[in-house]
Amino acid sequence: MPGKTKVLKKPTRTLADQSYLVEVVKGLGTTLKHFFQGTGQMVSGRVPNAVTDPLAEGISTLSYPEEKRAYSERWRGVHRLTHRDDGSPRCVACLCCSTACPAQCIYIKPGEYPEGDKRRGYERYPVEFVIDELRCIFCGFCVEACPCDAIRMDTGTHMTAFDVKSDFVYDKDKLMSMVSQHGTQKSENPRHEPGDSGHPGIDRLHGGH
Amino acid sequence: MLFWISTTLKVLVVVGFLAQVAALLLWVERKQSAMMQSRIGPNRATIKIGSLEIRAAGLVHSIADGIKMVWKADWEPTGGDHLLYRLAPIVAIVPALCLCAVLPFGPTVFIDHGRDLYDPAWATDAATLARSVPLQIANLDVGVLFIFAIAGAGVIGAALAGWSSDNKFSLMGGLRAASQMVSYEVAMGLSLVGAMMIYQTVRLDEMVTWQTQHVWGIFVQPVAFVLFVTAAIAETKRVPFDTPEGESELVAGYFTEYAGLKMAMFASGEFVEVCVSSALITTIFLGGWQFPFVQLTGLEFHYLGLNISWHWAHFVVVLVGFITFCLKCAFLIFMQLQVRWTLPRFRYDQIMKLGWRMLLPAALLNVLVTGTVLLFLNSGNG
Repeated sequence: MPGKTKVLKKPTRTLADQSYLVEVVKGLGTTLKHFFQGTGQMVSGRVPNAVTDPLAEGISTLSYPEEKRAYSERWRGVHRLTHRDDGSPRCVACLCCSTACPAQCIYIKPGEYPEGDKRRGYERYPVEFVIDELRCIFCGFCVEACPCDAIRMDTGTHMTAFDVKSDFVYDKDKLMSMVSQHGTQKSENPRHEPGDSGHPGIDRLHGGH
Repeated sequence: MLFWISTTLKVLVVVGFLAQVAALLLWVERKQSAMMQSRIGPNRATIKIGSLEIRAAGLVHSIADGIKMVWKADWEPTGGDHLLYRLAPIVAIVPALCLCAVLPFGPTVFIDHGRDLYDPAWATDAATLARSVPLQIANLDVGVLFIFAIAGAGVIGAALAGWSSDNKFSLMGGLRAASQMVSYEVAMGLSLVGAMMIYQTVRLDEMVTWQTQHVWGIFVQPVAFVLFVTAAIAETKRVPFDTPEGESELVAGYFTEYAGLKMAMFASGEFVEVCVSSALITTIFLGGWQFPFVQLTGLEFHYLGLNISWHWAHFVVVLVGFITFCLKCAFLIFMQLQVRWTLPRFRYDQIMKLGWRMLLPAALLNVLVTGTVLLFLNSGNG
């Protein structure tokens, strides 16, 4: 047998606890304190700003949608297609994202650049780029899979609610019109067009393999 | 003639006031609970007149609720008793409205002496009395007993609603409401016996007069005050005594099957009950319409070595009395709402235990102690 036994004293209920009345008065004191704090803030107009100071004492209601808290940088919102310098999509229609998508909500119809375009032979472009946002599970695999940083989920916005299901299917124009949380339609990563000094100059016809 | 005109006016004013109170208290309850819980509360309902937007700190929500209630489908259960089903909301709300008939909400108004200083001779002069208006709809000799009789009738509405709805949740709610209200009726009545012994009357206006001349009832009957307030809150069937409509177990209790305006009658009936019970507590324990140290002649403060007599005209005293009564009621309503948002609901057996094993013995003991003390005091005087 181990040596020491510690006998715990059972909590006893005092007469004050049992009468319930004392505790009722205490509880009323607490709620009254909160009531006067809240009313004071409301009447004097010194309600803490729920956006900038969410942990402040007193009223902390956020008047959504007039007030919104910013999401973190990593939060996955509605997709956008990033732009090149000339405003065309960075997407090269490689189908990596639609292949990676577990919900199969991305449809891309690839197309070849016309004859004489300096990009012809180097890369393709999406004739159609459609995401069914109702099927999307917002996993972010498409963003991970993209080799060109062409699709991003950094818009910081929710899916908007529409009346008609077809409105949830975002086409290329709509995806390209989305803006990132920081207001840009481009990506920070550099990109070299064919003919630039940084471009490797290898194309499908003259590649090493 | 004056009697009929004044009585009609009083009935219209009091009932009209109580009808508005439900809408107002709906707002008070929402806003007060919001303030308590660090929320903003309702503020979205808007009336737009051109570019002007009226939100009135959420008061518009009461109007919006009213409009919504009117346009709800007036659905009725196919089974059950249709006559009783339609009768039940009326039976539930009418007793609550009737209760305010005997409550004095101000001192007697002597019409011809508005600018004069109060003279006790007025109350005995037949000619002056004929030209006086008591601020009380019906000055009944049975007073408090009338209140018990009518308040007891309120239970019939809830029981009828539960029975006629053809729904087991409703039936359980109706049963609970009936047993709870009958149980607390006993403690409520007995808690007032001590007060009646001290005031030597059951007439409510005389109770107020006694308190104006001596001291407020809460100081001579503190135990009875606590017991009565507890029983009164239980009578209104609101949290923490709302097992008859406990939504976590009985959907909505006895008014589960009610929709639209019929449901609104039950809901507003509850608010009217809150209002009336506050007025009752004010009358019996908080000196009715008396402002502290104000007599019928004006301010009289003769304590702590001070001797202040500030005489007011009769109408001023009446006005002060009426406003005081309203303020006291408003305070008690506020406290009742605060209790409702502070305490969690009792279990059903806890309610029964509290009623029969604690309130009832305490009320009996209060009667015994009051009687003993009064006996000693009187024998000392005799």
